[in-house]
Amino acid sequence: MPGQKSAVIFAWILLIPALAYVAAIVVYPLLQTVNLSFTNASLRRTTDYIGWENYAKIFDAEFATIIGRTFLWTFLSVSLKMIIGTGGAMLLNAALPGRALFRILTMPPWIVPMAIGIFMWGWMYNGQFGMISGLMQRFGLVDGPVAFLAYGNTAFWATIITDVWIGVPMVTMYMLAAVQSVPQDLHEAAWTDGASRFYRMRRITLPMIFPAAITMSMISLISTFNSFDPIWILTQGGPSGSTTTMIIDTYSTALGSKKFGEGAARAVVICLFLSAFALLYFRAVTKLSKRMTT
Amino acid sequence: MMKKNAMIDRYRWWEVVLMYCGIFVFLFFVLAPFIEGFLVSLKPLGLLFSTPYKFLPENGSFKAYFTMWESVPEFGRYIFNSFFISTVITAVVLILVVPASYAFARITFRGSGTLLGAFLAVNMFSGAVLLIPLFRLMRAYGMLNTYWSMIVPGVAFLIPTAIWLLSTYMRRIPRELDEAAYVDGASHFYILRRVILPLAMPGITVVAITTFIGAYAQQFIFALTFNSKTEYMPLPIGLYAYFGRQEVIWNELMAASFVGIAPAMILIFALQRYLVAGLTAGAVKQ
Repeated sequence: MPGQKSAVIFAWILLIPALAYVAAIVVYPLLQTVNLSFTNASLRRTTDYIGWENYAKIFDAEFATIIGRTFLWTFLSVSLKMIIGTGGAMLLNAALPGRALFRILTMPPWIVPMAIGIFMWGWMYNGQFGMISGLMQRFGLVDGPVAFLAYGNTAFWATIITDVWIGVPMVTMYMLAAVQSVPQDLHEAAWTDGASRFYRMRRITLPMIFPAAITMSMISLISTFNSFDPIWILTQGGPSGSTTTMIIDTYSTALGSKKFGEGAARAVVICLFLSAFALLYFRAVTKLSKRMTT
Repeated sequence: MMKKNAMIDRYRWWEVVLMYCGIFVFLFFVLAPFIEGFLVSLKPLGLLFSTPYKFLPENGSFKAYFTMWESVPEFGRYIFNSFFISTVITAVVLILVVPASYAFARITFRGSGTLLGAFLAVNMFSGAVLLIPLFRLMRAYGMLNTYWSMIVPGVAFLIPTAIWLLSTYMRRIPRELDEAAYVDGASHFYILRRVILPLAMPGITVVAITTFIGAYAQQFIFALTFNSKTEYMPLPIGLYAYFGRQEVIWNELMAASFVGIAPAMILIFALQRYLVAGLTAGAVKQ
């Protein structure tokens, strides 16, 4: 259909409601965040511009630790999501009786209110009564009860595991679709030539699903970096800051201590990182699509 | 051909055993919190705190499922709120997204690619980053502590995915259909209403379900920050308040959680096909 002038006008009329909505609720607040980051806004009535002071204040050793921790936390969580999700996808793709049921059973964490699933994880991590500590004691892996959320090191891993649990269904379903889109003739040709199942997985399935894996891990990277619920519900960033990621840090600065200006500066730093990830994502996708077509 | 497929998929016995073991471990990880939560809901409160740990409950009963209605008096209200908020969000998202998706899918105009990219970029920012100005915005318009404080931001973050899914779906509808109508003198508005809308109904259903689930499953941070009135709290926040108390009646709260998530569980089984479609549509081979 020709792109006539009236058609173009009609297109904009159709787009305006959604555009206006996103502009008001996302873009405008985003600009406001940048603006606020240069002020000392708080619950006080007066607000002054203070230049780069908020940024100067947050770039101390502690913030560097938080950035480092956030990257480690995100890296571990995304890697585990991808490994478990891709493994799960391959298992759910196997021609075994019951696989339709297994696929349905993968979805609850994605579909149930996230917070409620996290409450249940909170109970599992309980040292005295929780399943994990209980089973570990039963099998003699630990001597006494372990309160996973009470120590920095274990709390760090506990929040990661719960975050992985939230992300796995999505990765599994996505990677399952990728595995299923591998042309069957490739497998048949290799099979006729006597290739083993393991060899076919390594030489056909894995290379074919690689682009989907890159796309999924970038999407997962962005959502994991933003992850708030599991950490806030399980530890609120504690004990003594050991699970405080940048998002948690921003939230407690801005809405816990009501230091709006400082919180905004932290939010701006997060946005810069996220933009870098998005750029990386687009470059990866265009590079991959180029490699696929040439 | 059929036979060859059957041969290629024939496993040796130890392969079958190994794969079932793998699936068991995988599903155990995915379902463990629900199993644990369910077992806790069956245990009497006194036995809950007994050591050493027992996996299966002794004297288990469904008593907590009856007593919880007294311990969590607003429980019915929370579930209603959860559904109410998610339903309104879904309706608003659809009203905004259906026309926009048509524009992206069917009309060529300058900058449409960039604009779609800009919409998708919204997905990058979680609500947490924008909470401060949103908080001030809500305060300025008197929306704090109302349903709107949860609906308004909720909609914004569900728009991008919905546009992406629906415009991908609409693009797959054969162009010959609307071109024929166009040649007959139909306007874009007519084509949207009479040709595309009816044909896109399955896609709209998928988007509606995905949006509803997104709104239902992710309601936490906005409700936590923008609303402090019990009567407007959605289920997760309502229960969160109880979990934070000194003396937590764990078995009843777990029972409440289960009753609260039961509708979602039923949805999974009923709408499974749509869910997978929504999750993977336009994803792999685009």
